[in-house]
Amino acid sequence: MSSGILFACGGLGLLAIGIWALVLRAHLIRKVLAINVMGSGAFLLLVGAGSMGEAGVDPVPQAMVITGIVVAISATALALALVLRLANATGKPALPEDRERDLMDSEER
Amino acid sequence: MKTRHAATEPGPVFRIGLALLLFAITAGLALALLAEPVAPGVAGQVEAALGDSGAKNHVTAVLLNFRGYDTLLELAVLTSALVGVWALGVAPDIKETTPSPVLLGMNSVLIPLAPLFCAYLLWAGASRPGGAFQAGAVLAAAAVLYNISCRRPELRLPSAPLRPGIVIGLGVFIATGFGVMGGGRAFMEYPAGLAGGLILLIETAATLSIALILASLFVGGRPEGEP
Amino acid sequence: MNTGQALDLLLVLVLLWVAWAALSSRDLFRCIVLFIAFGLVLSMAWVRLGAPDVALAEAAIGAGLAGALLLATWARLPGKTEDSKLDAKGEDDED
Repeated sequence: MSSGILFACGGLGLLAIGIWALVLRAHLIRKVLAINVMGSGAFLLLVGAGSMGEAGVDPVPQAMVITGIVVAISATALALALVLRLANATGKPALPEDRERDLMDSEER
Repeated sequence: MKTRHAATEPGPVFRIGLALLLFAITAGLALALLAEPVAPGVAGQVEAALGDSGAKNHVTAVLLNFRGYDTLLELAVLTSALVGVWALGVAPDIKETTPSPVLLGMNSVLIPLAPLFCAYLLWAGASRPGGAFQAGAVLAAAAVLYNISCRRPELRLPSAPLRPGIVIGLGVFIATGFGVMGGGRAFMEYPAGLAGGLILLIETAATLSIALILASLFVGGRPEGEP
Repeated sequence: MNTGQALDLLLVLVLLWVAWAALSSRDLFRCIVLFIAFGLVLSMAWVRLGAPDVALAEAAIGAGLAGALLLATWARLPGKTEDSKLDAKGEDDED
């Protein structure tokens, strides 16, 4: 069992955790975090599957993942700006149907 | 009828169903991963073509030469994300605060070092790990540190050269792509001898743009006084 | 299973655990800090996969800049008390 498949399966696990949190959490910043975790899982799956072969490390998935990381940060920045705008307009950083739910943003540490 | 159920937390049935669905998807994908015979991949082809690409680092060669369209469109995505953030409004007012002495002391060491490290990453990208994105991110991190510590209005970066700086990466990339088209070559098909220099030129412009865009995304709105 | 593979298995388990903790903690500030930690663990995973370029990009962008962005957004949300705004800034350095 090579390490490539281990990391690829880890990426699948991250994907599942991300979808779980994306569906169940109400706070929009948590949803953004969940989308980021999902993306990281997809990157890990891509590079892990790319290094499963005998030919050594494949540079093409790595280049695609670097591109993907930069695209993910720009999408995150846009999403966070939209969240901030929504929160300033409605008072709560949540979608309209989730507004009454527990946002789990407590102040105590 | 008006239900209150929409406002409550998702019930246990929903959670169990979601868990089962996710487990099935994950297990299915893992089985597919284990069962598929491993394709040979394209590492050998990249190795074979590396001599002509103008870069000794495989990943840089793929990013800037073999799959240059990806990188070009990625710069376009970054630029359009910034346009989207700027369209949402002016940057939020930041209260003047007294930054902690630890932050200031750290900044006086880190901020001068960042351009040096950025230049190293950019230069090393041709043969060792490094490259335009990492260099741009380091420069942007320095700008963010500056921004959170010296938030006095008169110390803000002037917004006038901001816009040309943001599009210079995209512009140089496209101009170079068209510029090499003479002599029967296709868009972005670099001549073998010049490829190294052209890649360095594109990467330098891209680094500047990436740093400016990421730092502007952190500020979170267009600078005041801009239309 | 040799030492390297055992290390990889440990790394994957830590990665999954940190991701789960970052997405299920009740305190949003703690979630964001755990997400930064997740980015750093992930960049170690890239090194183990033989992808140092991706590791550099992940540490600088995924952990550093994304963390700074998330904390800045969190601090600007309405309804935050004033003193919790101040300590939210200042954890992004990766060079």
